[in-house]
Amino acid sequence: MNERVAIIGIGTEGFSPVTPHLSFKELTYCAAVKAYAEAGLHPKEIDSFITASEDFMEGYSIFDEYVPDQMGAVMRPVHTVTADFIQALGVGAMMINTGRFRTIAVEAHSKASNVRTLNEVRSFALDPIYIRPLKETAEFIAGLEMQRFLADSGNTVEQCARVVVKNKGNALLNPIAAHAAQLSIDDVLRSEPVSSPLKHLDAAPTSDGAIMVVLAAEEEARALCKNPVWVKSCSWFSAEGNPWSRNLGVAKYAKLAAEKAFKMAGITLNNIDFAEVCDEYSYKELQHLESLGFARKGEAGFLTENGFTSLGGKLPVNTSGGSLGVGHTFEASGGMKVIEAVLQLRNQAGMRQVKNARNGLVQSWRGVPTATGAVAILSNE
Amino acid sequence: MEINKVPCKGLTNDEFDQALKVSWQPELKYAWDNGIGIGKYLEALKEGKLLAAKCNCCGRLMLPARAFCELCWKPTDGYEPVKDTGVVNTFAICHVNFDASRLKDNEPRHLPAVIEIDGASKGQGIMHMLGNVKPEHVKIGMKVRAVWKPAIERTGSITDILYFEPVK
Amino acid sequence: MGYRKVAIVGAGITKFVRRAQETGPELSWQASKMALDSSGLKLKDVEMITLGTAPDAFDGVHMKGEYLLSGAGGNNKQYIRNFVGGGTGVFAPIHGWMHVASGACDVCMVICEEKMSSCHPAPQGAFLTIFDHTTEQPLKPTLIWIFALEMRRYMERYGLSSADIARVAVKNKKNAMGHPSAQVAGEYTVDDILNSEMLADPVHRLDISPAGDGAAAVILASEDVAKRLTDRPVWIDGVGWNLDTSYWATKDLYYPRYVEKAARMAYEMAGIKEPDKEIHIAEPYDPFDYKELHHMEGLMLCQRGEAARLTAEGYTARTGNLPVCPSGGALGVGNPIAATGLMKVIELFLQLRGEAGERQVPGKPRCGVAQAWGDLMQVGTVIVCRS
Repeated sequence: MNERVAIIGIGTEGFSPVTPHLSFKELTYCAAVKAYAEAGLHPKEIDSFITASEDFMEGYSIFDEYVPDQMGAVMRPVHTVTADFIQALGVGAMMINTGRFRTIAVEAHSKASNVRTLNEVRSFALDPIYIRPLKETAEFIAGLEMQRFLADSGNTVEQCARVVVKNKGNALLNPIAAHAAQLSIDDVLRSEPVSSPLKHLDAAPTSDGAIMVVLAAEEEARALCKNPVWVKSCSWFSAEGNPWSRNLGVAKYAKLAAEKAFKMAGITLNNIDFAEVCDEYSYKELQHLESLGFARKGEAGFLTENGFTSLGGKLPVNTSGGSLGVGHTFEASGGMKVIEAVLQLRNQAGMRQVKNARNGLVQSWRGVPTATGAVAILSNE
Repeated sequence: MEINKVPCKGLTNDEFDQALKVSWQPELKYAWDNGIGIGKYLEALKEGKLLAAKCNCCGRLMLPARAFCELCWKPTDGYEPVKDTGVVNTFAICHVNFDASRLKDNEPRHLPAVIEIDGASKGQGIMHMLGNVKPEHVKIGMKVRAVWKPAIERTGSITDILYFEPVK
Repeated sequence: MGYRKVAIVGAGITKFVRRAQETGPELSWQASKMALDSSGLKLKDVEMITLGTAPDAFDGVHMKGEYLLSGAGGNNKQYIRNFVGGGTGVFAPIHGWMHVASGACDVCMVICEEKMSSCHPAPQGAFLTIFDHTTEQPLKPTLIWIFALEMRRYMERYGLSSADIARVAVKNKKNAMGHPSAQVAGEYTVDDILNSEMLADPVHRLDISPAGDGAAAVILASEDVAKRLTDRPVWIDGVGWNLDTSYWATKDLYYPRYVEKAARMAYEMAGIKEPDKEIHIAEPYDPFDYKELHHMEGLMLCQRGEAARLTAEGYTARTGNLPVCPSGGALGVGNPIAATGLMKVIELFLQLRGEAGERQVPGKPRCGVAQAWGDLMQVGTVIVCRS
């Protein structure tokens, strides 16, 4: 019941704004082949499979119909969760801890480029009786939240812009990043307003890509893998389901999930060497840093300005480039963070490598209009 | 704990008509990348052919064409056109549209079928429509042949085949 | 078999109706409140929640799980939605089992909700989007096609008549007369079924369970907690699920091989070697009447091709040797997809405790199996319960 769970194989394919040469099945197949090869497993040897996906992002109802083939999982136990990748990872770890499963494959992908009316889809998530009739695009909620967060915490729009500059800059060093750029704070502040104070460059552009991760229980992990990355803990929370019931300034889901994850892992914030936190909107990185406990209220922007969270800083945040630099991949976003964390902990992050990385925190948010997010703590010890 | 009383209020048609309602018609448009396998399959349909993929490992010749064999977990080993004739594996005689509205009396019945295609591996069927046949004459095991749109009208779609009709 | 034991300790369910006044979150609340009250627990005692609901297209909300969460008790909780199409109703408690059996929590609430009536002009239309968008949707398929195709194949394979199949609808609609949630219970004859409107030969209107709105919930607890709460916990002894290829037209549809694989997975865990003897009561998914027979065979409760004969002989009646769908099934109670599957699990829970009232199967059944099915003839989800 207290099985240590490790990541023994990872694979990605794509991460570019469009991927017209491959169908979603082929994209996922490529990622799966790489992950299984790293894990040294044929899919027949993997005990169960999990996909994280949402029907309306795929354009299919009952999307799980279309997943088994490309995972090598025909006539196997496969299920879908409509959740972020990190939540799916957590379910996989749970399954291993039941004692009935020894290895689990977890998959998520984005074909956002195939969704021609993306704003409509996002707005389709709004409450049909109370919010949708206002006929606003879903991003207005992000604007409301940003407004509230900045007013409450005292962080500034310039500091949010600095997050964009930092992350897109980091992304220049990440081979899978689709939206890397060398920007200035002014570039961000001059960009088109979307839902004030949110501006165009404050929002992560979308990307296509597929991610596959193979989990194993300790015995199998040690037998198959020279450098397993341990999933020390994984937790997720939803704050209030209705946006009007929330304190929009605070990311309560991140706070609750982090508290639980640290408790489960038996470590504290001080043990964390780097973090991949959700930056789907620039202000979210600051809000998450404060809610996770890495910064006191009002401090996150200051820390960003002073290089605390830069590559080479005391706590590098989003060395991958985050969603701002890699591209937002919806349910797969958390997966991208897990990949980065695994590379860092295996000392395979190249020019982005954090020295002596031992413990990393990955965090996700499911996007507007939700207050749901997950936290996982990964380690090479 | 026996369950005797259960909550929830069902509405009659009249109650529904009088109730306060909110309605919404979303515009949900997608353009799915076909990729390698289906891309080739559709190109072949435009040329008036059914294209299958071959896996040398399991020996299957599979429809629709695909870039990887999902059972052997390998890329497929090539593509081959198969015949456009086949055998009816099962069929239905449908009197309703996809939105549950009934067909008018003078409209021909829809005849969906699973057709096992000649030349592909045993059991490799595709779903399509039967046509130019009276519903009462359709049988499982019946031999059928594809009726194609004229080349100039084909667009690279499964509807480039109009229907399958019985082989005389 | 060495796994942490998990029990069902409470259950709640709403009426199943064609169109409910309640919203999706409200239906979820009704079922979950009832389940909590029945177990003697409060929402604060529930540590984690897993919710199952079928396609978002019915309720007409993207990320439907997030929309329902405030009604499902999910505020400030670890909450997740699981989704395997029509198999969800029986998979949701399996997901709940994972939460408790892993040691992640001691109390997990499982809720299944469906509000199909939101979809206009008819929920059936939403099923267009389950077919492959490139190779099948251009043909404008309806869900009924795929059932008609499968039903015909099954009947042809075993030489069955429409009457052989219609007997299942008659049995279940009658069984449902004892179920408080029932939408379409009643005394029908085989002729009534066969004289109803033919939708897609060989499927008649009354061969099909009605779409609708409804919700159900169960509370799962670890052994220690379960024993404190009730002297009659119902243990989840076996779980299994299986997903077949998306290339559904390349299989022979007369036999649900994925249901058999899911059943084997569950039976192995439960230590069942002879399902036809060791299982006392079965709730296979019956969205169409022939499906009950199809699934009985997939669950290995009888030999292939034998299910229709056993039904005709009364073997599967409530007072028969192996009661099948004593609840009334989807055909009698209604089919708000995910809620239906959980309704079947709740039926096992009540029957194994002797609390099924006028539906109670005689003989003190101790072991039951519930099963759901979904997707394009692809998913089997199976759960084995024992008292």
